[in-house]
Amino acid sequence: MDYLHDLNAFLPGIIVALAGLVAIIIDSYKDDHGSIFGLTVFSLLAGLVLSVVDMFGPVGEAFSGMITYGGVSAFGNSVVLFGSLFCVLISREYLRAIDHEYGEVYSLMLIATTGMLGLVSANNLVMIFIGIETMSICLYILAGIVKGQKIGAEAALKYFLLGAFATGFLLYGMALLYGATGSLYLTEIAGAASSNLLFIAGAALLLIGFFFKVSVVPFHMWTPDVYQGTPTTITAYMATASKSAAFVALLVVLSKMIPAETANWAGVIEVIAILTMVLGNLIAIVQDNIKRMLAYSSIAHAGYLFVGLAAGTPEGYSAVLFYLFAYTIMNIGAFGVVAYYERQQGLDFTDVNNYVGLGFKKPLMGVLLSFFLFSLAGIPPFVGFIGKYLIFAAAIDAGYVALAIILALASAASVYYYLRPMVYMYFRDPHKDVPFVRSGMLFRSTLVILAALTLYFGIAFGDLHNLLSSYYSADWVTHLMGH
Amino acid sequence: MELLLNLVIYLPLLGIAGILALRNDKATKWISLIATSATFLLSLPLLFSFDIANSGTVQYLTEGSNIMAGFDIKYLIGLDGLSLLLFMLTTLMGPIVILSSWDSIKEHLAGYYSMLLLLQTASMGVFASLDLIVFYVFFELSLIPMYFLIGIWGGKNRIHATVKFFVYTLVGSLIMLVGLIYTGYDAGAAIEGYKFTTDWRFLSGSGYQIGLVEQTYLFLSFALAFCIKVPLFPFHTWLPYAHTEAPTAGSVVLAAIMLKMGTYGLLRICLPLFPNAFVEFAPYLATLAVIGIIYGALVAMVQKDVKKLVAYSSVSHLGFVVLGLFAFNTIAVQGALIQMINHGLSTGALFLIVGMIYDRTHTREIEDYGGIAKVVPVFAVMFMIATLASIGLPGLNGFIGEFLILNGTFSSEVLPQNAFVVFAALGVILAAVYMLWMYQRVMFGPIKHEKNKKLVDLNAREIGLLVPLVIFMVWIGIRPTDFTQYSEVQVQELLESSNEKRLAIQKSANGNELPQWASDLYDVDVTDELASKIEN
Repeated sequence: MDYLHDLNAFLPGIIVALAGLVAIIIDSYKDDHGSIFGLTVFSLLAGLVLSVVDMFGPVGEAFSGMITYGGVSAFGNSVVLFGSLFCVLISREYLRAIDHEYGEVYSLMLIATTGMLGLVSANNLVMIFIGIETMSICLYILAGIVKGQKIGAEAALKYFLLGAFATGFLLYGMALLYGATGSLYLTEIAGAASSNLLFIAGAALLLIGFFFKVSVVPFHMWTPDVYQGTPTTITAYMATASKSAAFVALLVVLSKMIPAETANWAGVIEVIAILTMVLGNLIAIVQDNIKRMLAYSSIAHAGYLFVGLAAGTPEGYSAVLFYLFAYTIMNIGAFGVVAYYERQQGLDFTDVNNYVGLGFKKPLMGVLLSFFLFSLAGIPPFVGFIGKYLIFAAAIDAGYVALAIILALASAASVYYYLRPMVYMYFRDPHKDVPFVRSGMLFRSTLVILAALTLYFGIAFGDLHNLLSSYYSADWVTHLMGH
Repeated sequence: MELLLNLVIYLPLLGIAGILALRNDKATKWISLIATSATFLLSLPLLFSFDIANSGTVQYLTEGSNIMAGFDIKYLIGLDGLSLLLFMLTTLMGPIVILSSWDSIKEHLAGYYSMLLLLQTASMGVFASLDLIVFYVFFELSLIPMYFLIGIWGGKNRIHATVKFFVYTLVGSLIMLVGLIYTGYDAGAAIEGYKFTTDWRFLSGSGYQIGLVEQTYLFLSFALAFCIKVPLFPFHTWLPYAHTEAPTAGSVVLAAIMLKMGTYGLLRICLPLFPNAFVEFAPYLATLAVIGIIYGALVAMVQKDVKKLVAYSSVSHLGFVVLGLFAFNTIAVQGALIQMINHGLSTGALFLIVGMIYDRTHTREIEDYGGIAKVVPVFAVMFMIATLASIGLPGLNGFIGEFLILNGTFSSEVLPQNAFVVFAALGVILAAVYMLWMYQRVMFGPIKHEKNKKLVDLNAREIGLLVPLVIFMVWIGIRPTDFTQYSEVQVQELLESSNEKRLAIQKSANGNELPQWASDLYDVDVTDELASKIEN
C-alpha cells in the first residue's frame, strides 16, 4: 500500500502531468483547442483544490524521502497551481488575438507546472534538479512560441543560454555537496555539514544557481529582455508561478539544508537583498516599456523577499511565503491588463506612452490596473501592503532595522514608477483615437477575481498568516531537532 | 452608538457603490450629496451624547479580535477628546466639498465623486482609529483619492504636483512604518503572552515605557512623517504645488482635513509614546515651527496668485499649531487643537471662495481683479469674514486659537525662551499684512478690467455652503468653551500622565549605560549609582 501513499502525496502533480500528456495526444489528433483548454483548466483546478486541502493536512515524506507533502510544500503547490491556473485563464484570449493559440502551449504549461510542483515538494537535490529542468525546458520553448518575431527569438535564446549556465552552477554545487556530505537528502546534508571548503563551495554554487532562477542582482541580467520578448501572459506565468516555485525551493534549501553556523550566509543574503532592492527599483524608474518596468519591479520584489530570507526566522519564512502569494496575485493581474491593452495594438503597445487616456476609455481595465499597481507599490488596504508589512515585521524582529529602512526607502522610490502608468492612463489627454475590442467574459472576470483577491487578502489576511506561521513553527521544531 | 460610529465611517463607501450601480451623472451628484449629508447628520448624535467629563476615555469603542495569533493588531475604532472635533469637522466638510464641486466639475463625474467619498471615509478612519496599524492603513488610504483628485481634475502642472505630493508623503510614512513596527514589538514584549501590540491605549499609558535611545529614533521616525504631512518648514515644498494645482474641493479637503492628520499624529502618537524625546526636541521643532510661521507669511506676501497665497498662509498657520503642541502645557495644546479646527474652517472657506471666483473668471492672479467688491457684494462680505478669521481678529475663531497658543507658549516650561512668542506674534502681524493687502488689491479700488463689471454674485448654493463655516467661525470666536470643553479633561490628563511617564523614564535611566549623545541630550546622570541602587 506504500505506493498508494506515495501517489496520494503527489496527487496534484500527477493529475497535472497526466493532463499534460493527454493534451499532447488530443492535439496530435485534432486541433480542438477548446477541449484542451478545458482539460487544462480542470486539471489545474483539481490540483489546486487538492493542495489547498493538503495545506490543512499532516506533514510527511513520500517516495522514500524524495519529496515532502503538507505544510510548506502544500502551500507552495497551491501558489504554483493558483498562478498557473490564472495565467492559463488569461492566456486563451490573448494567444488567440496574437494568432498563436496552439495546443502545445497548454501542454507545455502543464508539464512546466508539474516540474514546479516537484521543485517545491523536493526533499532531495536530485528532485530539485529534475524539477528545475522540467520547468525550465518548457519555459524556454514557451518564451519563443512566437517564432517569426526577432524579439521573441532573442528572449528564448537568452533565456536558454543563461538558464543552462545557471543549471551548470546548480549541478556543480550539488556534486560538491554530495562529495562533502555523502548524501543528497536535504536534512542529511544539513546533519553532515561542516565549515569545510568543499561544503561551503558546494552550497555557494547551488545558491548561485538559485539566484539566477529567482533573478536577484547581480544575476538578473536576463530578466528584462526575456520578460519583454515573451508573449505577455507567458511572461506572467514565468514571473509568478515559476518564480514562486524557485523561491519556495530556495527557502527550503536555506532553512533545511544549510546550517546558519557554517558560514555567514545571512550576510550574503543581506547584501544581495540590498543590491537587488536598490538597483531593481532605480532601473525600473527609467523604463518606458511597461513589460520591462514590470520585469525590474519583479527583481525589486525578489529583493524584498530576500529581506525575509535574511531574517531567517519562522516569521521571516512565513512572511516570504505570504509575500509570494501576494506577489502572484497582483503580478498576474498587472500582466493581464497589459496583455489586454497589447492585444488591441500589437506588441509595440507596451510602451507606457501609448497608455495615454486609456483609463477613461476602458474604465474597468483602468481601475483594475490601478488596483494591481497600488498593491505592487504596497499601499494599504491592498495585499501588497500586508506582504510588505510582514517582511518589515520579520526583519525588525530579527534585528535587521537598517535593512528594514532600506526596504522602506526602496519601496518609496518604487512608487514613482508604479504611479507612472496611472499618470498616463488618467492624467494625460489621449492624442489619438484607438479603437478597442471588448474583452471576453472569461478574461474580464478572471482579472476582476484577482483584483477582489488583492483587496480581500489585504484586509482579511489573518487566517492565512496564522496558518502559515502555525505549520512553519511545527516545521521549525522538526528542523531544529534534525540537528 | 458603536454601530453608529462605524456606519458613519463607512456610509460614504455605500455612496460609491450607488454611484457605480447607477452610472448617471445627475444621480452621481445627488447620491454623493445624500451620502455625505447623511454622514454628517448621523455623526451629530456622537457629538451630543459624548461624555465630556470623561473625554479621556475612548467612547463608542469597537474592538475587533486580534487579526493574527500573538499579534495584538485589531480593528479598534472610537472617539475621545483629541479626535472628536476633528472627526466632526470632517463630517461637516463632506457635504460642503460635494456642493462646492456641483457645477465646476464637468468631466468624469463618477470617478470624481467616488474619490471624494473614499477620501471622506479614509479621513474619518484616521481620526477614529486607535490601533496604530489601522491608523496607518487609513493614513495611507487617504493618499490614493487625493492623488487622483489632483492628477485628473487639477490645473496645468497637476502631474508634477500630484506625484510630488504622493512620493513625498510616502517616504515619510514608510519610515514611520518601520518605527511603528519596532514600537509594536518593543511594547508587545511588555505584555504577557504577546509579541506585538499597537493598541494606543496601552502604548500611551504608563505601563509601557521606552528607553531613551530607542525613543529618540522612534520619535524622529514618526515626527518626520507627521512633519511632512503638516507640513513643517523645511518639509513644506510639496504643499504649494499640491494646493495650487488641486481642484477646489481637493484644496479644501487637503487644507481642512489632511494637513491635520500630521498635527493630530504628533499629538496622538508622538507626545504620549515618546514624552522624553518630545520634550527634548521641542525647542528644535518649535524653532522650525516659528521659522515656518515667518517664512510662510513672507512668501505669502509676495505671491501673485491668490490660491498660492492661501497655500503659504497654511504653512504659517500650521506653524502655530505645531508650536502649541510642543509648548507641552494644557493651554497651548488646547489652543493647538482648536486652531486645527479654526484653520480647517477659515482656510477651507478661503479656498472655497477662491474657487468660486475662479469658476467665474478662470484666473487666480491678483492682477486680474481689483475693485470687484462693488460688483459682487455678497462675495465681498463672505471673503472679508474668512479673511478676518484667518488673520485672527478678536471675536472670530482665529483669535482664540492664536491667543491660547501664544499664551501657553509664554508660560511653557519646555520652551522657556520668550523669543518663540515674540517671533510667532510677529507672524500674526504679518498675516494681517498679507491677507488684508491681498483683499484690498482684489476687492477695492477702481475696477481695473472691463469684463469684471459683469461678474455674477454668489448664488444660493454657494452662499449655503459658506454660511455654516461662517457660523462656526463666529461661534468659536464668541463662545470658545463650547468647543474646547470636549478636549479639556483629556488634554490635561494626557499631559500629566505623559509628564509623569517622562520623569519615570528619566529616573530609571539614571545610572545606566547610555551613549554619550543620549546622556547629554536627556541630561541623564550616568554616574548616579546611588539613585539606581535606591530604585532597585
